[in-house]
Amino acid sequence: MELQQFLSEVWIARNALIAGLGNTLAISALAIVAGTLLGILVGLAATYGHAALRVITRLYTDFLRGTPVFVLILACFYILSVIGVQLTAFQAGTFALALFCSSHVGEILRGALQAIPKGQVEAAKSIGLTFPQTFLHVLMPQALRQILPTWVNVATEIVKGSTLLSIIGVVELLLAVQQVIARNFMSLEFFFLAGFLYFLINFALERLGRYLERKVALPT
Amino acid sequence: MSEPLLKIENLHKRFGEIEVLKGVDLAMNKGEVVSIIGSSGSGKTTLLRCINMLEDYDDGIIAIDGETIGYRLDGGRRVRRREKEIALQRAMTGMAFQQFNLFPHMTALKNVMLGLTKVKGMDKSEAEALAERWLERVGLLDRRHHYPGQLSGGQQQRVAIARAIAMAPKLMLFDEVTSALDPELVNEVLNVVRGLADDGMTMLLVTHEMQFAHDVSSAVVFMHEGRIGEQGAPAEMFRQPKTERLADFLRNAKF
Repeated sequence: MELQQFLSEVWIARNALIAGLGNTLAISALAIVAGTLLGILVGLAATYGHAALRVITRLYTDFLRGTPVFVLILACFYILSVIGVQLTAFQAGTFALALFCSSHVGEILRGALQAIPKGQVEAAKSIGLTFPQTFLHVLMPQALRQILPTWVNVATEIVKGSTLLSIIGVVELLLAVQQVIARNFMSLEFFFLAGFLYFLINFALERLGRYLERKVALPT
Repeated sequence: MSEPLLKIENLHKRFGEIEVLKGVDLAMNKGEVVSIIGSSGSGKTTLLRCINMLEDYDDGIIAIDGETIGYRLDGGRRVRRREKEIALQRAMTGMAFQQFNLFPHMTALKNVMLGLTKVKGMDKSEAEALAERWLERVGLLDRRHHYPGQLSGGQQQRVAIARAIAMAPKLMLFDEVTSALDPELVNEVLNVVRGLADDGMTMLLVTHEMQFAHDVSSAVVFMHEGRIGEQGAPAEMFRQPKTERLADFLRNAKF
C-alpha cells in the first residue's frame, strides 16, 4: 500500500526531516527576531532621525525592499566573504533574511508612528516625559498594536524566504526533503509533506498573531 | 513685593514668515486665575504652548518662579536648554488640551500614574494612591479601570485634567478644554476647573466660554493680532471695554 510505503519512508528519513525542520525554524526565528529589532531602529531613525539619517534609512529600506531576497542571500554569502567577513552559509543566509525583514518592519513602523496623532507626544511632553520615555511608554505600545497584522505577514514571508537558503547549501526543510527525494524518488508525496509543514508553521504564526491582536486590543 | 509666579516679557513667536506673537508681556501671581480671550488666530493657544515649551519661542523671556523656561541667558545670548532640562521644566506646568490627548492604550488610572512614576519617580503604590485621589476629585474614581475609548468626551477631559494636576504643577494651563465637547458635557468639565480655582490653583486658561471667564477669573486678558489688546478685572473688561476691538469681540461672543 502506497500510504504505508510513504509513511515508512518518512520514518526512515525522520532524522533528516526533523533536522531540516529545526533549521528552518531556527533560521526563521533568528531572522524575524533580529530583523524586527533592527527594523525598530530603522523605523525610529526614519521617523525621528535628523535629515541625513532619514536619507540614509530611506536608501537602506528602498534598496533592501527593491532587491529580491534571493539576490540578498547570494550577496551576503559571496560578497561578504570577499570583503573579509567570513560567515557560514547558515549565518549569511539568516543575516540576509534579517536585513530584508528589518527593511519591511522599519517601513511599517514608520507608517504606524506617523499615524499617531501629534497630541500624544504633546501630552507626554507636557507631563515632563523625555523623548525616550515617550517612545517607550506612549508611542511604541500604540505603534506595535497597529503593525501587528502586517508584521505577521512579514514573518510568514521570512519563513517562506528561508527556503532560498537551500541554494547556498543550508540544509533547511526544503533541501532536506529534496535530499530524501533523491534517494526514494517519491517527489510528489514529499514535496506535499514539505508544503504541509510550511503551511503549519505559517498557520501557527498567523494564529499567534490573531491571539496577540485579541489580547492587546483596546476595549471601546 | 514678591516675584510673580509667571513672568512673560516681550514674547515673540514666528511660524515661518508669520509672526504670531508680537511682543507679549504678562505677569501672574500665585493663586491667580487668568483667562485669555480673543478671536481665533490672535495667538492665545500659541502663547500657552510657548509657556509649556511645546513651541520654541523666538525672542523674549518666559519665567516661572524666576526660572527662564526653555532658554537661559549666557552672556546676553539666548541658549536653548538641554532636552532633559526642558522636560523637567515642562512638568512645572500642567496642560489640558482641547482634544484631551489621553493615552488610548492605558486605563484612566494608568494615564494619571504615568507621569508620577516616570517623571516624579514615585513607586507604584504611592502613585496609584495619588492618582486615585485625583480621579476621585474629578468624580471618576469608579471609572479608573476604564480605557479612554470607554469614556465620554467630558469624562476623558476630566481624566486629562487629573493627569496634569496630579503632577502638582505650579501653573495649570487650559487650552480651550471645552471646545471639543458636546454642549451637555461642558459643565461637568467647567465645574472641575472651577473647583480647582476655588482651591487656589494658579491657572491660565484660553477659553471661549465668556460667562465662565467672567465668573472664575481674577483677571482677563484680551489678545488681538499677537498682542495683548486689553487686560483687567473681568467685571470691567466685560462691562466697560476700553478698546473698540474688545467691544467688537464681545458683541460677537456668546455668553
